[in-house]
Amino acid sequence: MAESRAVPLLEVRDLHVHFAVYGGLLKVLDGVSLVVHRGEKVGLVGETGCGKTTMMKALLRVLPSSARIPAGEVLFDGRDVLAMSRRDLSGLRGRGISMIFQDPTAALNPVFTVGEQLETVITHSAAAAGRRVSRRAARRQAEASLEKVALADPERLLHSYPVQLSGGMRQRVCIGMALATGPGLLIADEPGTSLDVTIQDQILRLLQALVNERDASVILITHTLGVVREMTERVYVMYAGNIVEEAGTGRLFASPMHPYTKGLLQTVPRLTGGGIAAGIPGRIPDYLSPPTGCRFHPRCPFAMEVCRKNKPPLFHVDNGHDVACFLYEGSASKGAAS
Amino acid sequence: MSFFSFVARRLASTVVVLLGLSMVIFVIARIMPGDPARMAVGMMAPHWVVDRLRAQMHLDQSLPVQYAYWLRDAVHGDFGISLVTQRPVISDIIEFFPASLELVLCAGLLAALGGIGLGVLSARRKDTWVDGVVRVFSYTGVVTPSFVFAILFVLLFGWVLHLFPVIGRLSESMTPPPVVTGLMTVDSLLAGRLDAFVDALHHLVLPALALAMGSIAQESRITRASMADNLGKDYIISARALGVSERVVMGRLLLKPSLIPTVSILGLDIASLFSIAFLVELIFNWPGIARYGLSAMLHKDLNAISAVILVLGAVFALVNIVVDLVVAGLDPRIRLAASKGR
Amino acid sequence: MSQGASAGREATISFDPGRMRELERASRRENLGRAWYKFSRNPLSVAGLAVVAAVILLAVFARYATPYPRDAGAFVDFAHAKLAPSVHHVFGTDQIGRDILTRVVFGLRSSLLMAVLVLVLVVPPGVFLGLLAGYFRGTWVDVVIMRVTDVFLAVPPLILALAVASVLQPSLWHGMMAVSLMWWPWYTRLVYGLTSQLRNESFVAAAEVNGASLWHILFREILPNTVSSVLTKMSLDVAWVIIIGSMLSFVGLGVQPPEPSLGSMVADGARYLPDQWWIAVFPALAIVVVVMGFNLLGDGIRDLFASEQG
Repeated sequence: MAESRAVPLLEVRDLHVHFAVYGGLLKVLDGVSLVVHRGEKVGLVGETGCGKTTMMKALLRVLPSSARIPAGEVLFDGRDVLAMSRRDLSGLRGRGISMIFQDPTAALNPVFTVGEQLETVITHSAAAAGRRVSRRAARRQAEASLEKVALADPERLLHSYPVQLSGGMRQRVCIGMALATGPGLLIADEPGTSLDVTIQDQILRLLQALVNERDASVILITHTLGVVREMTERVYVMYAGNIVEEAGTGRLFASPMHPYTKGLLQTVPRLTGGGIAAGIPGRIPDYLSPPTGCRFHPRCPFAMEVCRKNKPPLFHVDNGHDVACFLYEGSASKGAAS
Repeated sequence: MSFFSFVARRLASTVVVLLGLSMVIFVIARIMPGDPARMAVGMMAPHWVVDRLRAQMHLDQSLPVQYAYWLRDAVHGDFGISLVTQRPVISDIIEFFPASLELVLCAGLLAALGGIGLGVLSARRKDTWVDGVVRVFSYTGVVTPSFVFAILFVLLFGWVLHLFPVIGRLSESMTPPPVVTGLMTVDSLLAGRLDAFVDALHHLVLPALALAMGSIAQESRITRASMADNLGKDYIISARALGVSERVVMGRLLLKPSLIPTVSILGLDIASLFSIAFLVELIFNWPGIARYGLSAMLHKDLNAISAVILVLGAVFALVNIVVDLVVAGLDPRIRLAASKGR
Repeated sequence: MSQGASAGREATISFDPGRMRELERASRRENLGRAWYKFSRNPLSVAGLAVVAAVILLAVFARYATPYPRDAGAFVDFAHAKLAPSVHHVFGTDQIGRDILTRVVFGLRSSLLMAVLVLVLVVPPGVFLGLLAGYFRGTWVDVVIMRVTDVFLAVPPLILALAVASVLQPSLWHGMMAVSLMWWPWYTRLVYGLTSQLRNESFVAAAEVNGASLWHILFREILPNTVSSVLTKMSLDVAWVIIIGSMLSFVGLGVQPPEPSLGSMVADGARYLPDQWWIAVFPALAIVVVVMGFNLLGDGIRDLFASEQG
């Protein structure tokens, strides 16, 4: 259970991200706040299109050029990321925060060997720390990274091109690359979703083992609830660019509060109990002209008048459990998440 | 292993294609109205000369037989006599081809260096004024036919500014070096004649540049577009997110995959430079094979036309093979797909 | 975007055909609107469109738009030969006294005509052959068609055009035929590649299983998916054909005098450089401008289609 330590490793405050497109502005992120402490494993759950990947890219400032950040703060280890200089940002990337992209095939450069790509990352990471790494040392480290992710015959793999590897192997290589730089925070964007279920399972276990080993913090982005339940301590639920609920994992599954979260949990088919899993009617909003007030209100069976008018802040309902829903206005004191 | 089989396969298919081409040319040439024998000896020659020649040229036999004779001769390098120069066509080709080769090689080099260089510059400084200038230049370069550039250069650099010579390969006062390769620059160097070398280069600049302009512009556009495309790919974002410096990301990591379309098009361009060369050769009075071929076509010199088309076709095919090899060298996916067997 | 099995929970979709047509029309209008928006964002594309429109108008109304339409034919006026550009002759006169502005406009007209005719000649058979070869990929149909294509592609394109144009009597028609002969393989190749990929898609399999005829599969299923690439290529090709045409006429193998053609005008005018520069420069400029216009337009169209798929 995450205790409040001195300074959280990562703190995102009221982040807004817009994209300039045909017809206006896509207001994707609408004031997102989250916190990750050292050594914590946090899950970020939401359906496709809710803005999870956008937020992660914003953290490292690798958003496309059409993106705008009109408001918000990102603090890593107390330092302001959004205002960082180029050089500091370079140091942050890889060594502070590392990312594993959703599609391992797209994330590997097709015209370079696995070894070349790993060595590049390793060399640059060292350079940012002021160290120089010889080619042979880099090659050894690369080989070690591949061993770490349980890939057989790493020597041969170093000389292979991504196209020669299977999907599962590519995913492992990506994980190896992300960990090779020794990050404090690892962000895994839907790891293994493009893979076979059994392979995905292996990948997730591998990830878990590696992360535990180095006591790194993790943000696990996923739309699969089962994964969250097994691998995280605390969960954020995201809908349409807003955090709608935050709680310890066990608590969230035991007593979900936000209508969206409840709906999500109900959609998981159960082996016992019979009946078909129910869905949530409607679809995610149009970011060009999102609904007023609470972005979920058009789909919410409990929507009230106030939901249409005002955007609900995060209500602190219980220790470590926050909900952004007017239904719980009365039961708690208003305020930021714990 | 697969390298050799690849080349062998391509060569074989080239031969087949050239054979087909030769058949097409042959048929067209023979279908044309007019008596080739009469045309060869002129209007004043007596009947019996024409008849004798006609038998010699196998014109009284059927088409396939004629083709067979022609093919046999062609394989031995005998393409007949040129109507225009009254010499064996093969000697004409040996004399004029190296000049075009030199021109095209030089233009190709300019196209590669200039095109890629400008393209990279434009992509790196995307959306700045540098990018704008290069893009305008590229647009102009692509839309302007090479003869317009040729005339422009002749006007500007030749007559107005007197910077470069505009006629031929070597100044009249300069004695040419002994012919070894036929490439004036190389031969000069081989003979140790620095003065001839410089003079030859001097003469090369304007025509090669005029010829290359379209390609330079085209390559720079493609390079820029390809780099812009790949800029948004996940592997670039990932490299950046993992801390690789901007310089390397935008340099090595972005460049290699982006060059693939450029090199393919560059190859196609270079291959077709031989044919576009005729306009430039005309304007600069460059004694090359394209100009020779053009004159042959205007005078309906059938022997020369067939030979020129075949030679240029062969060169075209060879260049394409080389380009395919280079592209396969750049892109491992192509190499691996090829070795998996088609 | 639904969660799990949400069948029936969505708003029910009615299958009223009238309403469907309305929706289709509305969505088409919206797509057109969006396409125009995207297109008009780029000033270069709009400029290209403007140039092309202007050229087309000029070409169509050449007789009425030019000051001296008789100069486009056999006309001689040595008294007014080699006049510099002035109010009476905006582009000056040539060595025989003909107004250059008029001849440039008529020259543009033949260039445009040639380009249109070549494309009309080339695209249908080229595309059709590509569809056939791609659909029957791996069979003798494929082999035969693509080998023939290869033969035509083996020749440096211009050489083939020159050879054909020189063998036949030089004229606009023969020049066009020559250019067409070298052009069609590119379309066949393009469509072949697209079709080979598309034929593995499930909608094709579905059509086959339902017993659709070959024509239906080729033309109603596969062809519409190739349209965007073909159209893009066509719009850029107009520019190319104009350039090639001007190269042919530069050496005297296209439109014959006294009819004006931009390439031959440049060739003639080259002799009078640098003193009577206008004789060569204006036709050359005309070539550059019209080709640039089509190129910009073509690029705009390509950007449109590309981003739709992006």
